[in-house]
Amino acid sequence: MTDKVIYAMYDDDDVTKEACQSLVDNGVHVADVFSPFPIHGIDPIIGIKHTRLGIAAFMYGITGLLLAIIATRYFMVSDWHGINIGGKPNFSYLENIPSFVPILFEFTVLCAAHGMALTYFLRNKTLPGMPARNPDPRTTDDRFVVEVRLAENSNFSLDQLNDMIKETGIVEIDEKTIK
Amino acid sequence: MHKESDIRIPLILGDKNYKDITDDVIRPIESKAPKGWYILISIFGIFALWGVGCIVYLLGTGVGVWGLNKTVEWAWDITNFVWWVGIGHAGTLISAVLLLFRQKWRMAINRASEAMTIFAVMMAGLFPLIHMGRLWVGYWVFPLPNQFGSMWVNVNSPLFWDVFAISTYFSVGMVFWYIGLIPDFATIRDRVTKPLAKRAYGILSFGWTGNAKAWNRFEIVSLVLAGLATPLVFSVHSIVSFDFATSVIPGWHTTIFPPYFVSGAVFSGFAMVQTLMLVLRKAFKLEAYLHTKHIEYMNIIILTTGSIVGVAYITELFISWYSGVEYEAYAFLNRATGPYWWSYAAMMTCNVVSPQLMWSKKLRTNLTFTFILAAVVNVGMWFERFVIIVTSIHRDYVPSAWSYFHPTWVDIGIYVGTLGIFFVLYLLFARYFPVLPIAELKTILKSSGENYKKGFGHGEGYYDSHIEKH
Repeated sequence: MTDKVIYAMYDDDDVTKEACQSLVDNGVHVADVFSPFPIHGIDPIIGIKHTRLGIAAFMYGITGLLLAIIATRYFMVSDWHGINIGGKPNFSYLENIPSFVPILFEFTVLCAAHGMALTYFLRNKTLPGMPARNPDPRTTDDRFVVEVRLAENSNFSLDQLNDMIKETGIVEIDEKTIK
Repeated sequence: MHKESDIRIPLILGDKNYKDITDDVIRPIESKAPKGWYILISIFGIFALWGVGCIVYLLGTGVGVWGLNKTVEWAWDITNFVWWVGIGHAGTLISAVLLLFRQKWRMAINRASEAMTIFAVMMAGLFPLIHMGRLWVGYWVFPLPNQFGSMWVNVNSPLFWDVFAISTYFSVGMVFWYIGLIPDFATIRDRVTKPLAKRAYGILSFGWTGNAKAWNRFEIVSLVLAGLATPLVFSVHSIVSFDFATSVIPGWHTTIFPPYFVSGAVFSGFAMVQTLMLVLRKAFKLEAYLHTKHIEYMNIIILTTGSIVGVAYITELFISWYSGVEYEAYAFLNRATGPYWWSYAAMMTCNVVSPQLMWSKKLRTNLTFTFILAAVVNVGMWFERFVIIVTSIHRDYVPSAWSYFHPTWVDIGIYVGTLGIFFVLYLLFARYFPVLPIAELKTILKSSGENYKKGFGHGEGYYDSHIEKH
């Protein structure tokens, strides 16, 4: 299925935000916004949900903590049962736990941070060697591009969309046919 | 938009727009390297090679080529290790702790100091590895299933905690740094014209798009990583101090060590940031983004942490007397008046007296003075570790075992070598990586840029709304 996409380019983040607001008020669905830096407050306007990466990090952290508890218990209490090291109570995990706290903490942080970072790369589809997918190379410099898809706005014709976008203080407008 | 009080000194000086920020940061990467860069990298490259040669000699011959003896069995190696880890503390502190506190001025220094952190931790990690003697079995420090039956690492041991702390700190710091670099690599990728550079930055930028959802995730990842890295920074140097504090050597067996080591680490880390950034801003003409106010903020941190370190030294002295433990009291008396009095004096002068000069606003806003003081602090912090380590053990319990430590040319060579490797890595970073966070700086331009604060910013939207309000 082919689809028409309109790329409206702006030169200011606040103008971009206002433009998105006016388009959304007119009932247009904005597919995406490409910007050189995060535009604060644009997510609720174009209907982007808050990311759940924070929850993911928490889950990874809990997993790391559990793994570290299992490992330290196995090494020190179960496998090395009863070995006296510096007078530390190796017969009971609970009594020996103070000297495992650094490991439990570090491993929790290790798993939370790396798990989150990996999820972030996968969810963003950013991996080494991936091709650049921004519509215009200037969007990583000083330009802001709003993407509107015709298929997602079946109430409007292409011309109607173009007219509405042209009223929003654009600097450039571009149309593309994608498959 | 976030508003900032008008009386605050702007963080970005001059009449800048978004494009200027990109241009100013990427210009050094796009243009040819100056002659000075080649000269510096050659000098430090020679140091680095000399260091590698010394390490090879050490591994081939044995730890006996160091100046260690049966009483002083830990000296320069561990001093250098703690010194480098300490320097590696400023980067994450700047990017994590200052991010949580919403200190926007961190954006002038976070990228470069994180790079410094990573390289410094690399140099630190080298010392325990080569001290093992058998470098090739270095992976034995991790709890891996093995063919020796129940051969595990001892989880009770602070040395093992240190392995985990340093490797977690290094890898998490690296990921934090790289996630911030990706959007900036994308900026370079979309600008450069040479095919090789375009391809290289294309790979490095991971196909970054900069769409709204990606930025939403980016901000949360930065925030959560900062939240994770903050306790991590404090834990790492606390654990390094446990290497000493959990032993029973008078002079090491002190509960004050964790906070004292952490503030010392921040102190020396910021001093190294000053040393590097003062050169970098001059060479790359980044005065608009890293100006005297930033330097002053860092000097205030140096003054604060330096004072904490000073209080810790004096507390240690007092407690050694107040404890009534003769061994403890003697260890400290010997530090100050024994054969190593000169290193104690150097430590006290460099770390306690000299930062107090920063109370003067004239001095802490003077760049030449800052540069000199930063060097003095780095020397002082090296001596601090030397004092703690060598003077505590050189006089054993039995006077017949008393001894004195003389470094050999291998000791010195390896230390000089790590300085060489560190600066080579840093020069490569400065040449090919964006030294300021381009994307992050753009987010503060409208709230903290000088032109916007004065009311003549760029972009129609800003201009109109500003006129309406006034």
